[in-house]
Amino acid sequence: MLEIITFSTLNGVLYGMVLFMLASGLTLIFSMMGVLNFAHASFYMLGAYFGFEISRRIGFWPALIVAPILVGIVGALVERFGLRRVHKFGHVPELLFTFGLAFVIEEVVQMIWGKLPVDYRVPPSLDFTAFRLFDTTYPAYKMFMLAIAIGMFVALLVVLNKTRVGLIIQASLTHPNTVAMLGHDVPTIFMAVFGAGSALAGLAGVIAGPAFVTQPAMAALLGPILFVVIVVGGLGSLGGAFAASLLIGLVQTFAVAINGSLADIFGASAADWFGDLGTVTVAQIAPIIPYFLLVLVLIIKPTGLFGTRET
Amino acid sequence: MSAPLLQVQDLHAFYGKSHILHGVTFDIAAGEIVSMLGRNGVGRSTTIKAIMGDVPPRGSIRFRDREIGGMKPHQIARLGLGYVPENRDIFPSLTVRQNLYLGQKSTKKTGRWSMADMFKVFPRLEERADTRAGVLSGGEQQMLTMCRTLMGDPDLIMIDEPTEGLAPMMVELVGKLLSEIAGRGISILLVEQKLTIALKISHRLYVMGHGEIVFSGTPGDLAANAGVRKEWLEV
Repeated sequence: MLEIITFSTLNGVLYGMVLFMLASGLTLIFSMMGVLNFAHASFYMLGAYFGFEISRRIGFWPALIVAPILVGIVGALVERFGLRRVHKFGHVPELLFTFGLAFVIEEVVQMIWGKLPVDYRVPPSLDFTAFRLFDTTYPAYKMFMLAIAIGMFVALLVVLNKTRVGLIIQASLTHPNTVAMLGHDVPTIFMAVFGAGSALAGLAGVIAGPAFVTQPAMAALLGPILFVVIVVGGLGSLGGAFAASLLIGLVQTFAVAINGSLADIFGASAADWFGDLGTVTVAQIAPIIPYFLLVLVLIIKPTGLFGTRET
Repeated sequence: MSAPLLQVQDLHAFYGKSHILHGVTFDIAAGEIVSMLGRNGVGRSTTIKAIMGDVPPRGSIRFRDREIGGMKPHQIARLGLGYVPENRDIFPSLTVRQNLYLGQKSTKKTGRWSMADMFKVFPRLEERADTRAGVLSGGEQQMLTMCRTLMGDPDLIMIDEPTEGLAPMMVELVGKLLSEIAGRGISILLVEQKLTIALKISHRLYVMGHGEIVFSGTPGDLAANAGVRKEWLEV
């Protein structure tokens, strides 16, 4: 039991931190544009594929640096030549634009790398056991992912709160006109934030690719969970995104590990009462739990756990 | 005679389909204090916003003999135009010090104003330097917005209703800062509804009505002209 709790916690925190690598950028971009970027998970996928391709040619470590930068450049270009033009037509066209972009990226990825998962593996230098606990081993690569995610989290906090650029970004999120009239180039700041947010998603893709599966559906699989995180945490709240990322990460990981059902809790006699429902295990309904949480949060506290913004 | 610092000619502006400014023409010389008076909704704020590029302008706006109509707000600000919005648009989640810091256009150049100057005029801001700006009182926020704009070292500062809703003591402080600004040779465009400060410190005054300039003259001219005051200013 202790074993399950320890490893589920580790895995849950890890998954949560990967979610946060995407949610943080998405939240900043949301605060800025006022609409959700449906293509955000696609940048995560691009990161994984770029990481795979660069790893294959010159190795994992250069890929870890180059791939996120490339994804960031793609993101900045999308903002500069796509979203900024669509922006003047209002929120709905912007939303449709990002929605369409997600499909375009998926199709392009399929055209280049095919529909099947690619063989993106953990680099040999990180392919060993980190530690062994209660006869279960934990891979070093997952510890590495955790370190990168935590490092990114710290870097993000420092940049946003301690640097001039970070302060300008914070001010621009809520008061873009005022910031512009103080002489700061807000459109360029927005492009940079969009690029940096995409790069973070790309970095998440590079490190998550070998641990999960690098395939054209990975954006579509992660995207909905990402929106759950953003809504549960509160739209536009970075702290909320962090808490919700960890919450969803832990809930999903623990749910998979729990094999209990209603019949187990209330005894065999209850099984008749609940019928088939009684024998469904928590693990079986694990994929629905985040969405259930989403609905619950929207009913009880529509602004999300930490959000202040009405949408 | 050299060209005025700011010269606005036949300025029109629109919010959507409604025509707000109907050909506003005025100018401000270097070092001059000019007030723009008028009742709410006559287009005074829109005039400033159009000059700053926040509302798309039609007509001619020349600053230091250079056409600035059509430029982006941050470019206009960088030419030396400062704007203090009326809604006390401070950055609430940042501290007072951070707000002032963001008023600076770059960290390399030091302008006419330092943070110490600001704290000297408003000791209250120094006491609260590391407080989040969102919890300041209305008057303190008004001081902060003015000081923040000054940190950007403008040659002309346009101030929208700085005394609106302030206690008399605060109004006095705002007046003191305005004199301090003028003392350093900076031009001021003061947008006001009340005559109190405007009559005292302005070199010239304009009165706006229905999106047009309806009066232009010295404080003495306006004091003598009861008709204009009655028709366009008194409530």
